[in-house]
Amino acid sequence: MKKPSSNSLQDMMAEYRAVTSSTVIHQLEQLAEPLKGAKVLHINSTKQGGGVAEILHKLIPLKQAMGIEADWEIITGNQEFYECTKRFHNGLQGMQQAITDKLLQNYEKINRENGEKLQAKLQEADFVFIHDPQPAPLLQFTPERQGKWIWRCHIDASKPYRKIWKYLHQWVSPYDASIFSLPEFAQPLPHPQYIIAPSIDPLSEKNCPLPEDEIKEVFSQFNLDPELPIITQVSRYDRFKDPLGVIEAFKMASKLTPLQLVLAGGGASDDPEGEAVLNEVKQASNGAANIHVLLLPADANRTINALQRASDIILQKSIREGFGLTVSEGMWKGKPVIGGDTGGIRLQVINHYTGFLVRTPEGAALRTRYLLHRRDKLEEMGRRAKRFVGENFLITRHLREYLTLMVGLTSGDVERISVGNA
Amino acid sequence: MVLFLQVMQTFNIIEGFTMQNAVADEQKKTPFAVKDCAIITIATGTKAENLKEFAAALKEVPLGSIYHHFWGRLLRPLFDEPEYNNDFASWAFRGLHDKPLAEQLSMVIPTDYKDLECLRQELVEVVEQRLDEYEFVPWSKADQQFYFLKSQIVVFDTRVRFDHPAELLPQINSLSTGSIYYHFIDARNRTEERVDDFSSWLEGFGGQFNELAQSLCAVDPYFSSLNEIRLIVSNIFHEFFEKEGE
Repeated sequence: MKKPSSNSLQDMMAEYRAVTSSTVIHQLEQLAEPLKGAKVLHINSTKQGGGVAEILHKLIPLKQAMGIEADWEIITGNQEFYECTKRFHNGLQGMQQAITDKLLQNYEKINRENGEKLQAKLQEADFVFIHDPQPAPLLQFTPERQGKWIWRCHIDASKPYRKIWKYLHQWVSPYDASIFSLPEFAQPLPHPQYIIAPSIDPLSEKNCPLPEDEIKEVFSQFNLDPELPIITQVSRYDRFKDPLGVIEAFKMASKLTPLQLVLAGGGASDDPEGEAVLNEVKQASNGAANIHVLLLPADANRTINALQRASDIILQKSIREGFGLTVSEGMWKGKPVIGGDTGGIRLQVINHYTGFLVRTPEGAALRTRYLLHRRDKLEEMGRRAKRFVGENFLITRHLREYLTLMVGLTSGDVERISVGNA
Repeated sequence: MVLFLQVMQTFNIIEGFTMQNAVADEQKKTPFAVKDCAIITIATGTKAENLKEFAAALKEVPLGSIYHHFWGRLLRPLFDEPEYNNDFASWAFRGLHDKPLAEQLSMVIPTDYKDLECLRQELVEVVEQRLDEYEFVPWSKADQQFYFLKSQIVVFDTRVRFDHPAELLPQINSLSTGSIYYHFIDARNRTEERVDDFSSWLEGFGGQFNELAQSLCAVDPYFSSLNEIRLIVSNIFHEFFEKEGE
């Protein structure tokens, strides 16, 4: 990844300072002091689509701005590789999945090939962050490694399908540490398991403030009715996001409260199931008035931003969710979120304060009706939601925890570490 | 008020004494060294699904986990008005739906105990007492288990120093929440006196700032976020020096 110029890094830090505070940025600079010059390499399997790529696009330049030599590489694979890793993903989320030996052999072969290609960087890095199961075997294909290796699991692995976890365990257990988004996702492993929630970038095209005209444009662009309230779910077309449950909830709520539903999603290059789910969604919404199913390109960030801002309520009715960045995105725009009572959504949606946690389409329909009926509550929850994200789920907090982890990991298993003259 | 602060910020004069004189008088005092900290949460691998498992785990987990669930929580995402003031009490209510136990655990005040081991013993006592009262062991739902966590704290020196309490006044609002945590929360566990660092430092001024120190000691930090605690500390300092200036 090409390193931005020092001027552009400084400009970027000035922007973060404006959105957060000087104090927040000053703290990051001090925390990064002992890590200056460290070579940090992040590896995942896609540059576009999905939360991991989104976070890395901003985390890397932020680390660089702190004087860390951060870099990002992706591994590439064939169709069988992504088929296999999608099954890992589903299996870690608890779905029973059969994976043939042939697929597993291909998975290992692809990792070996990528390992050879990236060997020089993997060997010299002081810290290597491996994201999710796709590149997990790289550690064992790097026998001359020198730095600390950390496996970052972004998936809700609270109840993994045992056979799949048993297979992945062999690749993951030799790491120096792992990171999970929530305590309940952590699995028994012979190394420290850090808990770090993901984050959103307030300056990205998906989250930056937009001119009112640009927000209004989505009404004509997607044939939305400006007179009707909008409820929106933004997510990949994935069964765990329960888009069919959202349609069911909409149909129930709209019997009593006029409204429209936007289901907006894109595909990720490492998700072969998306198309099948999208077809199911189109079928379920067929003929229903005011359901807008949108398939957006991976770079439609401003459009998603505008859709979220044009919405009255954001939905994220997932049945399993690693974290759910779209929840924080919606909350950052001052919208209450009706979310599935699962995984990382619980960390963001404080029931009755920043939105509602629901377990059924009926629950989602009920809370939608309530919020549209009680506009005062809708606005109050939206204000609280924005503040809550500002204090807890921006990328500056995420960076702080990564820096703390790196300092902590080099200091061994001690509870209190002093750096500098502290 | 604004004008008063502007005047204070120039460090020129506080009615009744000049900063220059005050600093000269107090040169023997150790300057207040502002530190900052960041915490990272680590899973211990221990969890409890019912009250019996919870009692057993309380006896076994590292002391750092007891610390984390009382104090470290303040550096985690936390809503403004937590109903209970430690994670154990919150779980008793949300996970087990045992309100009496939640109330009892909430009133276990860490600073009442000489160290974390004594605090642990008290928690075990409260939980076992409650178990004795039950005819059956209360369980949580599978997705509401209690996960014991611990933390690593990285402390670093900001290189900011204050020679006199009045110098601190205009700067409190720009202290990071990590600094507030370190000096106001962590200190209550870290120091022998079990008080915040500001109050300890003020004691060194020979009684001149006793009232200020007492006000700071009287703050109950359990129900506030760190941003709110910073505001409370700032208000206490402002009120004290405004009164001094009258």
